[in-house]
Amino acid sequence: MSALSKLSQLAVGTTAVVREMPKTGSAFLRLREMGLLTGTTLTLVRTAPLGDPLEVKVRGYYLSLRRGEAEQVLVEVATQS
Amino acid sequence: MTHEPKTGAARPPIFALVGNPNCGKSTLFNALTGLKQKVGNYPGVTVEKKTGTAYSQHGHPMTVIDLPGAYSLAARSPDEAVTRDVLLGRRADTPQPDRILCVVDATNLERNLYLVHQILDLGRPVILVVNMMDLAEQNGIHIRIGHLEQELGIPVVPCEAVHGKGLIELKLAMSRAEPALPRHAWDVPAAIAPAVSELQASLVANDAKAPLIARAEALLLLTDQDAMRVAGSTPLSARTHETLASWKKRWENEGTDWAGALVNSRYDAISQLCAQVVQRKDTSPGPSVSDRIDAVVTHPFWGWITLGVLMALVFFSIFTLAEYPMNFIDEQTAAFSDWIKDKMPEGELRDLITDGAIAGVGGVVIFLPQILILFFFIGLLESTGYMARAAFIMDRLMSSVGLNGKSFIPLLSSYACAIPGIMATRTIEDKKDRLVTILIAPLMSCSARLPVYLLMIAALVPGDRVPLLTKVGVMLLMYALGTFGAFGFAWLFKRTLLKGEPSIMIMELPPYHMPRIGDVIRQMFERGWMFLKRAGTTILGISIVLWFLSAYPKAPGEPTDTEQLEYSIAGRIGQTLEPVIRPIGFDWQIGIGIVSSLAAREVFVSTMGVVFNVEDAEENTEPLREALLKATWPDGRPLFTPLVCFTLMVFYVFAMQCLATLAVVRRETGSWKWPAFQLCYMTGTAWILSFIVYQGGRALGF
Repeated sequence: MSALSKLSQLAVGTTAVVREMPKTGSAFLRLREMGLLTGTTLTLVRTAPLGDPLEVKVRGYYLSLRRGEAEQVLVEVATQS
Repeated sequence: MTHEPKTGAARPPIFALVGNPNCGKSTLFNALTGLKQKVGNYPGVTVEKKTGTAYSQHGHPMTVIDLPGAYSLAARSPDEAVTRDVLLGRRADTPQPDRILCVVDATNLERNLYLVHQILDLGRPVILVVNMMDLAEQNGIHIRIGHLEQELGIPVVPCEAVHGKGLIELKLAMSRAEPALPRHAWDVPAAIAPAVSELQASLVANDAKAPLIARAEALLLLTDQDAMRVAGSTPLSARTHETLASWKKRWENEGTDWAGALVNSRYDAISQLCAQVVQRKDTSPGPSVSDRIDAVVTHPFWGWITLGVLMALVFFSIFTLAEYPMNFIDEQTAAFSDWIKDKMPEGELRDLITDGAIAGVGGVVIFLPQILILFFFIGLLESTGYMARAAFIMDRLMSSVGLNGKSFIPLLSSYACAIPGIMATRTIEDKKDRLVTILIAPLMSCSARLPVYLLMIAALVPGDRVPLLTKVGVMLLMYALGTFGAFGFAWLFKRTLLKGEPSIMIMELPPYHMPRIGDVIRQMFERGWMFLKRAGTTILGISIVLWFLSAYPKAPGEPTDTEQLEYSIAGRIGQTLEPVIRPIGFDWQIGIGIVSSLAAREVFVSTMGVVFNVEDAEENTEPLREALLKATWPDGRPLFTPLVCFTLMVFYVFAMQCLATLAVVRRETGSWKWPAFQLCYMTGTAWILSFIVYQGGRALGF
């Protein structure tokens, strides 16, 4: 098992599994409702031209979120199979 | 023998159409109801209310309410709050729907089912419409409709709304007499279950809710920690609030993540369902078309080029395409005015109609082509999916003043006209961000300011010919002033007046779609009509008032137009204003121009024509320019010195000189408070900056 890293620090194209995210805050409730939960697999697709926000692929669709939120989401990089 | 729907005798059954944004809901609504639609507004909130009538295969009418797109019933925007309130029967202005049509996007079933899962809790009859079946198949996604139907216990209709496929099946399902109720059991997490029953009991006892609705409300209260309230929805009883608060306190002490647990268990149930229902054929389909487009459109270099080229194209089309219809409107209003002059006996009433009403309304309606073209492009960008990309690219820049990327298109539109810009702010979810965007939008130099700038630049530069570079330079300076002013005020408002949670940018980037031109044009006309209704009626009233102000009292003898204007109330207002505007270098004659251009800024030019007695001031700036340069103060000093011309331009950059915009802001914000504030802060800033420019310029010897 690899160590946890911040979603904001993933390299573009990396697939990872969400391990921890803040329990409170409306932004995180909205992320959960959009299907980004602990245990969800996501892929960092790209960052915007100015580096913020980020675009992730989750449950088959594309979602943007800011670095500020991504920094608080801890992920485990999925091992290559 | 046909079966009448149970409610058929009294009124047609009411269906609510709900679904996530971008699931093809509007296309389905248009396909179902055709031209039988009514577009209005939910009272007190600026959310569009769309109602239409569909007909069953046997010709029975069925009412369909198209509710705003929502990701969840835990509302985050006024749009979602309306959807939630209508479904829960909380709105007095809308009857609770008899049945619910849930539209989901087949290519993205999991997230779409989240909202469906919440709606099934309501225990109302639901029909599930699985839209975009063709796109799903193309992506190697196969959905076992029969299985889904069996698992949920409700009718499931596969559909391709864009091609009209599945509509007959849907209408058949809709006209079935005895609707099936959902078989919907899911495990509320054990830690939360007692709270759900207690809240449910309280909602039944204290808020007079039906048991199933009460359970759904209870679940919602627990998901949504600070529920979004909008005008028109009924508040909950104090007892229920108490129960809720005590449970929250308990969980906080225990460290239970109740909202997270609820969302998790819903998604668990959905994942299990999808595992049975969704079959993916292709494991590595390679990058999709949308992926490939996005690789260019959000590229660090090509992304900016795309955005720049698209926006330049939009503006180029606005200014070139709009010219012909604008000339046409101009000619038609003139012809109409002449026709009235011909048919009616000479007199006050005739002048009121031609010089007041027709001229005033015509002066605003002339912008309609520009506004419609802008609405068309905004609709086009929305329906293709590019709008979300523009917001994605611009977010970083907008966040530096505390806004988010969604404010970009409304602000950009405001360079043509603030009204479509302000109406486009409806896509901004955060209430405060939206309000800030509305407040600063009119600072973007709109096309009605252009004639004023052009006249002043002509008068500013001595000599017969204005060097092109000076013209362009001064013009750009004015646009820059407005733009930086707008961002400065956004920064200020977000820090003081409208301080709130930092804005977030959690937004879906939907797959690109070919635009449905018919839907875009329909939306363009709906919005254009809204503008005409609001701005048009306000302007009609104001034009009549302004006409009276300039026509009365009558000057004695046989006055010229110039003498009459001086003698009139408008002339006197100009004179009364003079002490206020003298410090910024303006005399009462300019004051008349400022007052009359409240109808629309470009009216300043024609008013100056009347004030300085120039024929056809609008057609040709040359004679008017000469007249302006000859104008003097009573003591013989020239009035329009280069410094005054420049100051006047600065004044027009900032001053809130457009009553049509104020009328639209009033409508969009729901009160007169914000337009009044906007008028004060903008015109106040205009005066202060003009004062600094004029007095500073004088001190420097200009």
